[in-house]
Amino acid sequence: MQRIILLLLLFQFSLFAQAQDINVLVQKVKDKINLVNDYEANGRMKTNVVFLKVPVATVKLFFKKPNRLRIKNEKGISFVPKGAVNINMSNVLSSGKYSVLDAGNDKVGSRAVKVVKLLPEDDNADVVLSTLYIDPVNQVILKTKTTTRDNGTYELEMSYGKYIAYGLPDKITFSFNTKDYKMPKGVTFDFEDGSQKKTAAEKEKLKNQKGKMEIFINGYIINKGIADGVFN
Amino acid sequence: MWNLLQIELFKIFKKPRTYLAFAIIAAFIFLIQLGLLVNGKDWMKFMLGSLDETMNIDYSKLVNGYAVCFFVLNLLLVHVPILVALVAGDVVSGEASMGTLRLLAAKPVSRTQIILAKYLATAVYVFALLLWIAVISLVISIAVFGENDLVVAKTNGLQLIEANDVLWRYFFAFGFAFIAMMVVAAISLLLSVMSENSIGPIVATVGIIIVCTLISEMEIPIYQKYIKPYLFTTYMLGWKGFFYIGSTEDGETIKGSIQYLPGIIKSMAALMVYIVALVSAAVFIFRKKDILS
Amino acid sequence: MPAIIKVNNLSKQFKEINAVDDLSFTVEQGDVYGFLGQNGAGKSTTIRMLLTLIKPSGGEISIFDKNLSTHRSDILKQVGAVIEKPDLYKYLSAYDNLAIFAKMSGIKADKKLLMEQLKMVGLDERAGSKVKTFSQGMKQRLGIAVALVHNPQLIILDEPTNGLDPQGIADMRNLILHLSRELGKTIVVSSHLLSEIELVANRMIIIHKGKKIVEGKVAELLDPSKSLVQLETVDNVAAREKLLQTNWAASLQNNTVKLQLKMNKEDVPALIATLVTMQVQVLSVDPMHSLEDYFLSLTTQPGHVESFAN
Repeated sequence: MQRIILLLLLFQFSLFAQAQDINVLVQKVKDKINLVNDYEANGRMKTNVVFLKVPVATVKLFFKKPNRLRIKNEKGISFVPKGAVNINMSNVLSSGKYSVLDAGNDKVGSRAVKVVKLLPEDDNADVVLSTLYIDPVNQVILKTKTTTRDNGTYELEMSYGKYIAYGLPDKITFSFNTKDYKMPKGVTFDFEDGSQKKTAAEKEKLKNQKGKMEIFINGYIINKGIADGVFN
Repeated sequence: MWNLLQIELFKIFKKPRTYLAFAIIAAFIFLIQLGLLVNGKDWMKFMLGSLDETMNIDYSKLVNGYAVCFFVLNLLLVHVPILVALVAGDVVSGEASMGTLRLLAAKPVSRTQIILAKYLATAVYVFALLLWIAVISLVISIAVFGENDLVVAKTNGLQLIEANDVLWRYFFAFGFAFIAMMVVAAISLLLSVMSENSIGPIVATVGIIIVCTLISEMEIPIYQKYIKPYLFTTYMLGWKGFFYIGSTEDGETIKGSIQYLPGIIKSMAALMVYIVALVSAAVFIFRKKDILS
Repeated sequence: MPAIIKVNNLSKQFKEINAVDDLSFTVEQGDVYGFLGQNGAGKSTTIRMLLTLIKPSGGEISIFDKNLSTHRSDILKQVGAVIEKPDLYKYLSAYDNLAIFAKMSGIKADKKLLMEQLKMVGLDERAGSKVKTFSQGMKQRLGIAVALVHNPQLIILDEPTNGLDPQGIADMRNLILHLSRELGKTIVVSSHLLSEIELVANRMIIIHKGKKIVEGKVAELLDPSKSLVQLETVDNVAAREKLLQTNWAASLQNNTVKLQLKMNKEDVPALIATLVTMQVQVLSVDPMHSLEDYFLSLTTQPGHVESFAN
């Protein structure tokens, strides 16, 4: 009996210890992110959405604490997914209260990662559940999966380079759900170009779909201050 | 021939009717420009309604000179045939009804030359008309709305053409439109040769375009298969093809490319065949015609 | 005189109608050639064929000794025409109209020449006015200027006095005479009024229903002293033989079985006396109408025409 109790205690302790570990890890990641008050970055954005044909765009990223982020195409036009504000991790980690759950170990690519689930305590929050895949060695997030109430599920994958100390990635891949693409009748500019008619299957492709956006960042200017006007 | 062409041009450009077309076009384009200047952003928002839910879009950049011009051309080029017919339908029949045709045909120039000179003069008019459209819809739009990337909406998606990749497309699009309008001019010319009054050919040309466009657009299989490929209206909108940019597998546009060049070339060739056939018919009929007016 | 226009067996069918039927005539150099016929007789169709506006169904036209269908351009350079109403470009000025047709006729016309031409027809003051502001007479004069601007050798005027007031008609007549006498042009002028032709033409043709009725010198055809007198005798052949032996032989028309003499009406009693002395048994003597009478009767009694055709 005692043995059993001891075992249970041990088990509980280990659970507690594990929870402790995770909280520490999340906190460390958070601390790292908190080093950055603001940044400005140059990047190249590649969009892959089935109904969009766009060139790779030269963009500027602006961030300011706590959760303001703007992707700007200074010259031309870019379509920036609405959920893209979440590419900034502080938005995930700093906003509101949440409970942290250890979801074990996994791998992202060849890297061993800790899987952490964040459950917001506010029932009305847009985010229902976030899953973070954290590299415990470098204390950076490599991947997230976020389920939202209104904007579907989106995924982030990040790889790091020079700015790993700030938890700022060199490359971000943002996957998101797109709504149906439909145009009001009579405003499109189609013509008979002799190409094949769209099959039903192809039309289906235009419906609820995953879109992908990749941003390659060449350099950050960190904590040099950013005017608020940029975010308007 | 050069003399004859000069004379025909003189006649066309001395006619008040000729300038009516220029005035109508200017008024039309200014109205669109004014509308877009005031409500352009709202209109773009309405157009891209479904996209607005997933994407952040800078609407003020979307309403730029290139986009305004593109919008204008889409609305306008469908109606330019009427303006072309207004002049081309009159070149022979107008003279027949005025009574000058008999003087013209009794001069030491061949009837073939007369018809060709008239067609060439019409070509100059059409060219001037398109140049006028280009200046007002493109140059003025750019001056007022600025330059930026052009977003083209199609039923199966949007595509973005970078600002520095647009201008040459307009150049070719206007070139294509010119050929398309010359088909209309050739139809009018043929009808004009066969008529003694100028209203007939003008109305008939417009009627033919309307009927052919309707058949082109009706999704009735038998028409689609057996009639549509032979209608000139099927190929008239080929200028839009220059604004369909090519892309890689994952949707990245390729600068300077055209998505379906063979389709455009085929359209252009079809229109050329129409021109040659119609003008030849006009020459043939005019050569055989007894001038009784 | 060399022939300027030679028309052989010309015909034109419009569907079932023979507008011009086997028509032959010759216009000689320096002629003012009258083309007479009622409306619809085929005058305009013939003139339009001369100007290549209408393609003949058969026959040949040569002008300046060249075949019209093979040397069209060469010939037309030397031809000026006013065809029915003088319709010109209403929205253009008199000067512009003249310049256009000068250019089309293949001549280099400078401003001086064009203004001179306008002055000749009395329109130099209105050179810049649009034709739509012109009266019928002014249009007609401009039409003449257009026809003459390239100094053609042959001038074809189709119903040139149509719609003109008496003064205009008189001016036109003087102009035709001036062109012919002073400038030595060959002129073809058509009309449905004999009186007009009579005053200007030296030779003429009368056509009816597309056929030639008569062609010849105006002075002869219209000689008021010459009437056709038709005799009916018991034996016309014998009577002819006998008349040929007399002074009347010259008047005897050498055509049909009918016995006709072209002669002064006043000489009819002398003719009868001669016949009586020759013991020709006369059944009737019928002085027929003059050419003028015939022409005037064409509109009302087309049946009379045939007698002249024979």
